[in-house]
Amino acid sequence: MISIIDYGAGNLKSVARAFGYLGIRCRITAKPREILSSDKVVFPGVGAAASAMQTITSRGLDSVIKEAVYLKKPFLGICLGAQIVLDSSEEDRGVPCLGILPGAALRFRNSHLKVPHMGWNSIAVLRPHPVLAGIDRKDQFYFVHSYYAACAISSDVIAVTAYGIEFSSIIGRDNVIAVQFHIEKSGPAGLRLLKNFSEWNGVVEPC
Amino acid sequence: MTTKGIKFEGNIDIGDPVEMAVKYYEEGADELVFYDITASHEKRNIVIDVVNAVAENIFIPFSVGGGLRTLKDMEAVLQAGAEKISVNTAAVLNPELIRQGAGAFGTQCIVLGMDVKKVPARSDIASHYEVVINGGRTYTGIDALEWAKRAEDMGAGEICLNSIDADGTTLGYELALTSMISERVSIPVIASGGAGKPEHLRDVFVEAGADAALIASMVHYGEYRLAEIKKYLAAEGISVRCV
Repeated sequence: MISIIDYGAGNLKSVARAFGYLGIRCRITAKPREILSSDKVVFPGVGAAASAMQTITSRGLDSVIKEAVYLKKPFLGICLGAQIVLDSSEEDRGVPCLGILPGAALRFRNSHLKVPHMGWNSIAVLRPHPVLAGIDRKDQFYFVHSYYAACAISSDVIAVTAYGIEFSSIIGRDNVIAVQFHIEKSGPAGLRLLKNFSEWNGVVEPC
Repeated sequence: MTTKGIKFEGNIDIGDPVEMAVKYYEEGADELVFYDITASHEKRNIVIDVVNAVAENIFIPFSVGGGLRTLKDMEAVLQAGAEKISVNTAAVLNPELIRQGAGAFGTQCIVLGMDVKKVPARSDIASHYEVVINGGRTYTGIDALEWAKRAEDMGAGEICLNSIDADGTTLGYELALTSMISERVSIPVIASGGAGKPEHLRDVFVEAGADAALIASMVHYGEYRLAEIKKYLAAEGISVRCV
């Protein structure tokens, strides 16, 4: 059973629909017991870091998420979920985040390119990963974000994307993987990743 | 190079919207745009049902517009599964709606739809393009460029720029208008109105700097398929998503 963490914001239903379409069982929940007893955990974040972290901490979900990660449950962060797993975000004048992966979410500071980065873009995979099985160089994903993950440890960067700069579009370590794009709105390629995640045991073979 | 999006526009009243949505999703549309042209209150629930059904079956972003006048209208559509809502006449009559919508749901959810007509030189319309509302029937006296900039300031996340002059002609997008708006706002501009063949999309991307192009009758009547349009654009060096 996959638990999609309900922290009261945004598009949880979209991710649930995508799993449903794939015939994969999931539930939307904020209950610690349900989250910690599920096989896999998904955090689909939408919105701003500060209000997300505030809701997460007030509901005690910060310790639940960290516990789920500690228990080696495959964990998928989506969009804001690829930022709040870091130590902090620059958003809202600085927000402490979950600190699961070292690094910070930074704002696109750009010359000529529009912010937020909104639209389809491709990824360059830096290291093989079970969740990325079957992904083609031609595949594109749908992004909407003004902040991006800057990992402190380079081996935590799984894929990068070009938007003025080269930023980390997929990050992760061990049983944690987080994607900056809307995996549930990226057509068949996104669905493929979700399916791979649903079959992943949380282990990444060293290469 | 950022990828250019192709959005297919469908009117909810024509055919079965869910079937059409699935068809275009499978054929590689990057985003869908639904307009409820009737926008009457009786149809409100039907629209929500359609949005829910579409969201169950396609996994690309889609926006819904037509008669959305209040935050409640917007919220219902977004909750049902649309990524974005589009406002046009309601925003012109009450620009605060843009700010409120952006504040409540995020700028990325708010698309400003604009219908624009070229007008002869008039001192009060410096850009020579005037905003029209009520489906192109009412002239507002508002300068299109000024309106686009103001909407951006108020929190619109994207502008869907429809040329009334080009719409339905299949002779190509209004390049001068598109170019003018694209250069002066820093939010994405979706070109709309006039597409008749793949070359028109190439032109509006390359010459007018549009971030995305909206097509409707070009594919709706089966003259072109999305795959061939994208293949043509890719061959022209334009970054497109191939499915």
